[in-house]
Amino acid sequence: MSMTIRADSQANELLQTVEALSGQRLAACYQCGTCAATCPFVAAMDLPPDRLIQQLRFGLPGVLERRAFWVCVGCDSCAERCPRAIAVPRVMEALRLIAIRERGDRLAVAQLPAATLRDLPPIALVASLRRNTG
Amino acid sequence: MSDGNGLITMQLMGKSYQVPSGLTIMAAIEYAGYKLVRGAGCRGGFCGACPTLYRRDGSHRIFTALACQTLVEDGMCLVQMPFVPLLTRPYDLHAIVPQPNTLLQHFPEIAGCVACNTCARSCPQGLPVMDYIQAALRGDIERAAMLSFDCIACGICSSRCPADIKHYAVGLLARRIYGKYLAPPAPDLARRVAEIAAGRYDAELDALISLPAAELRARYEQRSFEAVADGAEPYSATRRYNSPMDPVDYQDELAG
Amino acid sequence: MQLAYYPGCTIKASARQHEQAALAILRALGVELREMAEWNCCGVVHTLTSANLIRHMAPVRVLARLRQQGAHEVVTLCDMCFNTLARANLLARQQPEQFAAISASTDSELRYDGDASVLHLLQVLRDRVGLAALRARVRRPLRELRVYPYYGCKLLRPSTVGIDDPEIPTLLRDLLEALGATVIEGHLQTRCCGAYQAVDQPELVAERVTATAAQARAGGAEAIVLSCPLCHFNFDTLQPRNGAPLPVFYYTQVIGLAFGLEPEELGLETRQIDQLPPLRQRDRAQAKGGAA
Repeated sequence: MSMTIRADSQANELLQTVEALSGQRLAACYQCGTCAATCPFVAAMDLPPDRLIQQLRFGLPGVLERRAFWVCVGCDSCAERCPRAIAVPRVMEALRLIAIRERGDRLAVAQLPAATLRDLPPIALVASLRRNTG
Repeated sequence: MSDGNGLITMQLMGKSYQVPSGLTIMAAIEYAGYKLVRGAGCRGGFCGACPTLYRRDGSHRIFTALACQTLVEDGMCLVQMPFVPLLTRPYDLHAIVPQPNTLLQHFPEIAGCVACNTCARSCPQGLPVMDYIQAALRGDIERAAMLSFDCIACGICSSRCPADIKHYAVGLLARRIYGKYLAPPAPDLARRVAEIAAGRYDAELDALISLPAAELRARYEQRSFEAVADGAEPYSATRRYNSPMDPVDYQDELAG
Repeated sequence: MQLAYYPGCTIKASARQHEQAALAILRALGVELREMAEWNCCGVVHTLTSANLIRHMAPVRVLARLRQQGAHEVVTLCDMCFNTLARANLLARQQPEQFAAISASTDSELRYDGDASVLHLLQVLRDRVGLAALRARVRRPLRELRVYPYYGCKLLRPSTVGIDDPEIPTLLRDLLEALGATVIEGHLQTRCCGAYQAVDQPELVAERVTATAAQARAGGAEAIVLSCPLCHFNFDTLQPRNGAPLPVFYYTQVIGLAFGLEPEELGLETRQIDQLPPLRQRDRAQAKGGAA
């Protein structure tokens, strides 16, 4: 099997949209992996943040199907440490937003169990709705 | 365009009609030849059946009104919106235990409120709709009940909300819970009910029943609500809430 | 000292004990919090893309209302509220054009030009009241108590709004040491607990709080002390139930105990005090002493 990788970012519509929405320039990333080493949730991600950025830059298929950006809660640990000053949580949020626009909400609030709703602090639900629904 | 003969032009669902100025929107629609089988009810501004969306010349805004309460204007472009679909989880009021999350549990979508205030700006009753949704979100059932007290469930707020909140149903549940569990009992009510049950007023009631209608009406207009000690404020569960249409206004009317 | 106070939804719902304890200790310190007359949810998380301006409306409305109500600074107890309001405030100063767009969409009902400041209660205690004054008010030093302060994210990051060093914070340690407690530390103190994933991916949160609690316990801690109501919920409900979960306290409650306030003034149940062996033993000793 062969795959064409295009370094030409003009042709990479997803990358352009992510950069526009996040305000981050992903060409700056030199793949040091600090974000992945820092992330408290990297074990639950199906692709660590640095590789997600790499696949995005190469225009590889399947980025929007990943779980990684739904796992990120925006704790900003990676953003504080990134030597290239990339705010990775903004990249993650841009991917969530694009996925929601294309496929709809990830969280069906009307289907949450009553017991969950009874006990949750309101901030948990507000934050989850803001990150998982359009 | 007004033609100088007291006629103005309105558009109803895209079609122009000449109608006399001074009519309510509802009367204008009927003047134009429509028979309202939906979207009309009490015709007095209380039932909430006649929400209307309209535009005006010279503004990009969508305006909202109750058709029975608002005069038609020249250049209005109208659509009637009799119903906003409402799906709520069924609840048994008797089984509800009022807790901070009770309203959130029944209406989790209120957590999506972005505080844009479009609901309040569209409310024909002038209610602080966003504020009562926010009160509901933080579990302040009493405040949600009080601020929504004059809601007539027309549903315009829900049609305009970017978070798809069913405001009027949230306010209704808040008022139901407030009434059943939280409202301080009116001090004289239980005593009076017991007196009635014991037959203390039977003779007086029989006398009233035999009165002529005019006399009965006069007595009704002079009635009082609560026994109030000299100089004391009449009892009110709602007085400290400053809704623009305060539910205790009737006491001022009585005084005047 | 009088300060305007923005509670936030959760302080009025699942975190009422935090507010109760905060008001009690501030009374003892001569600080009065005046709750804003009308307020709305802050939105909880700062919106991270340029496309969702409407989601900045909630924090901007809080700040605009604050100014309308005549105040220039506002205190929050909730870390999420603090972070969201502070970041919106920063955006208002740095990108006023975005705020002009919000204002225009509301018939200028929402006008705000970034001239308020947002404070966390911990800043007030550190920078206005001062740890020395706090120490001077201690009536019941927590000498026998070993605690693990947990910072989480929102007090510290991003560093543009954080109130302490994002990598090696000392604020909670300094505070707890001023109360006489023994502080146990570890690198997980600043690692995220999983936040709102409690809604539909609680396993992510459970993994984090289990690891952090294990570090605290390994260091000999008897309790976790923290500030954020969402962290509190996560540590309180998602530690593994097999084995004894470490009890979780708001720093306001711990300050209150050191001030000698009664547990019920601090929203603490007897059950929670019983989870702190040194305090329980001392209470028993005092009860005996009092009886004798």
